[in-house]
Amino acid sequence: MTVASDAVTWVLLIPITAAAVLAALPGYRLTAGLNIVASLGTLLAALSLLVVERPQPGQYLLIDDLNIVFIVLNTFVGFTTSVFSASYIAHELETGRLTPGYLRFYHAMYQVMMFGMNLAFVSNNIGLIWVAVEIATLTTVLMVGIYRTHAALEAAWKYFILGSVGIALALFGTILVYMAALPVVGEGQDAMVWTVLIRRAATFDPALLNVAFIFLLLGYGTKVGLAPLHAWLPDAHAEGPTPISAVLSGLLLNVALYAVLRFKILLAANPDAISPGPLMVTMGLTSLLFAAFMLYRRRDIKRLFAYSSIEHMGIIVFAFGMGGPLANFAGLLHMVMHSLTKSGIFYAVGHIAQVKGTQRIANIRGLTESHPALGWSLVIGVVAIAGLPPLGIFMSEFLIVSSTFARQPLLAIPLVFGLLLAFGALILRLTSLAFGEPRGNAAPADASYLPMFAHFALVLTAGIYLPGPLVVWFQHVANLLG
Amino acid sequence: MHNLAFDIAHLLAGGLVLISFMMLYQDRLYALLNIFALHAVVLAASVAWQAFIQNAPHLYVTAAIALVFKAIVIPVALHRIIKQLGIHRDIETAVSIGPTMLAGMGLVALSMVLMLRVTGAADPLAREDLAFALSVVLLGLLVMVTRRNAVSQVVGFMSLENGLVLAATGAKGMPLVVEISVAFSILIAFIVIGVFLFRIRERFDTVDVGALDEFRGERR
Repeated sequence: MTVASDAVTWVLLIPITAAAVLAALPGYRLTAGLNIVASLGTLLAALSLLVVERPQPGQYLLIDDLNIVFIVLNTFVGFTTSVFSASYIAHELETGRLTPGYLRFYHAMYQVMMFGMNLAFVSNNIGLIWVAVEIATLTTVLMVGIYRTHAALEAAWKYFILGSVGIALALFGTILVYMAALPVVGEGQDAMVWTVLIRRAATFDPALLNVAFIFLLLGYGTKVGLAPLHAWLPDAHAEGPTPISAVLSGLLLNVALYAVLRFKILLAANPDAISPGPLMVTMGLTSLLFAAFMLYRRRDIKRLFAYSSIEHMGIIVFAFGMGGPLANFAGLLHMVMHSLTKSGIFYAVGHIAQVKGTQRIANIRGLTESHPALGWSLVIGVVAIAGLPPLGIFMSEFLIVSSTFARQPLLAIPLVFGLLLAFGALILRLTSLAFGEPRGNAAPADASYLPMFAHFALVLTAGIYLPGPLVVWFQHVANLLG
Repeated sequence: MHNLAFDIAHLLAGGLVLISFMMLYQDRLYALLNIFALHAVVLAASVAWQAFIQNAPHLYVTAAIALVFKAIVIPVALHRIIKQLGIHRDIETAVSIGPTMLAGMGLVALSMVLMLRVTGAADPLAREDLAFALSVVLLGLLVMVTRRNAVSQVVGFMSLENGLVLAATGAKGMPLVVEISVAFSILIAFIVIGVFLFRIRERFDTVDVGALDEFRGERR
């Protein structure tokens, strides 16, 4: 008990302490190194949660099979991103886009963001999870605006306004859940504790719970980037520093998704409440189709992959909306694969944009010739994200499509249509980016390849062979999700 | 006594909705800020009354925060910002007043129908409070979408947050964590917004969000 609760404490304590220290320390080398060490420490603490005995769920913190998947994924990508960020930021300092003062701020905010996300995952309290998502969001808003260009400020402003509206709706939903729990659980702290709520959910007032879920889905759905509430996402990805694009796509969207899933489980525990499935399926499909069409007209490379994130979040929400062991399993797998692949792509894109000095797709050509390592990494990444075998996303998409065909053949038609559309757009862009006559700066890139190679290697491995214990684990979680 | 307690809570919450309506048709920034300060004062009174009838002393803290921070500090600060920027003359509304008011009425009707229907089992006071709170939240959203000026969007957002505080205090015995978090989020929100306003002014010499529109979509 004590060892495990210590591990949970470390997952939270390391980032917040590191944030305080990093805010005070000057110097690039030292702080970037410390950022990596802190992220590694958090990852180790998270991994130790896998082996030690779980603590009893308390009033505030909880570790169960569901959130441990999210925590490990979160801290892993957080760690690799910190490695990527070190070389990325070095270049930004050289070109003068970031000043040393902002660098301090950047590293401190990075750790605060990791703290917020980890807190959201381990919290056992629907109020606390709201606060944590809010912290993570506000820090990313600040980081998106860090370059202080016109476009960056507009992106941050838009993100802030839409994010605030989303978070306000989510809070209203949270209050409604409390109101629903009030007559059954009684006043006070208990009526917000997740484990208590789920046990008693069957006796809650279903009408109130329904309305609450709609608010929560809209509120947290804004953060997931579901259409039509996605307007902030492409701008925020395109204008902020690329490490932030990577964590936004790979992690922050998952945090919001996790909150939605928690409340979905709550709703499913009440027999008289509406089924959350159709709502999520509709929003997921809308996002998928919308993003697939939007992919065709993108001229900015980071925007392109931002729309691809909307597409994939749509697929994941669709899968969880379908429900059932197989679709949930596929959704969970897809989420993990998407996080790894998309952040890997953003590592490659970050270096590419730096070496070429532009994010405009038309000005980047023939990468496989001018920068083979970066170019081929991008090719692997895009092939993976487009859902080609033998990479991991192919497998999860295949599972989603086949389970949809088996249960709701009509829904499979728009799903497959959207997937093919997105596939076409991505391959089209990839050919112009990666092949042909090289254009633009051909100077060798000073890049850190390790993070992206690690991500793609994991995705490839998962596509070929999923270890047995992992499959069992995911199946168990899929059953939990109902 | 119980009836009186109920009536006063009702009066204050209803007053909040009314003041939200008043925000909709203000076409000057200073006037909008003054109305917002009034909104915060009524909110503080409403929260304090809830603290009294629920016998929940910690709610007085929330009331105090609303009174000091939202009714005094923020309006004063925004007054100064507006003065510095020299944008005190008027604000353009994206939609004219008539349709805005009609939309506002529609939203209030919607929230009444929705909340009163689904909260049948709850205590009548909490029920009405929630219905009013949702109205305030939706009217705050309406202010945000009908204004193009950054300052008035901020005001719209804060009135929305007021609605949330009303809802949170109406829900009996809601843990303190949440109230603090609400107040705290407003604080953070304001810092963030302040930073943004500062930067936006620095860069654009205007806080009109419309001026940002030229950068919309694909850049370069």
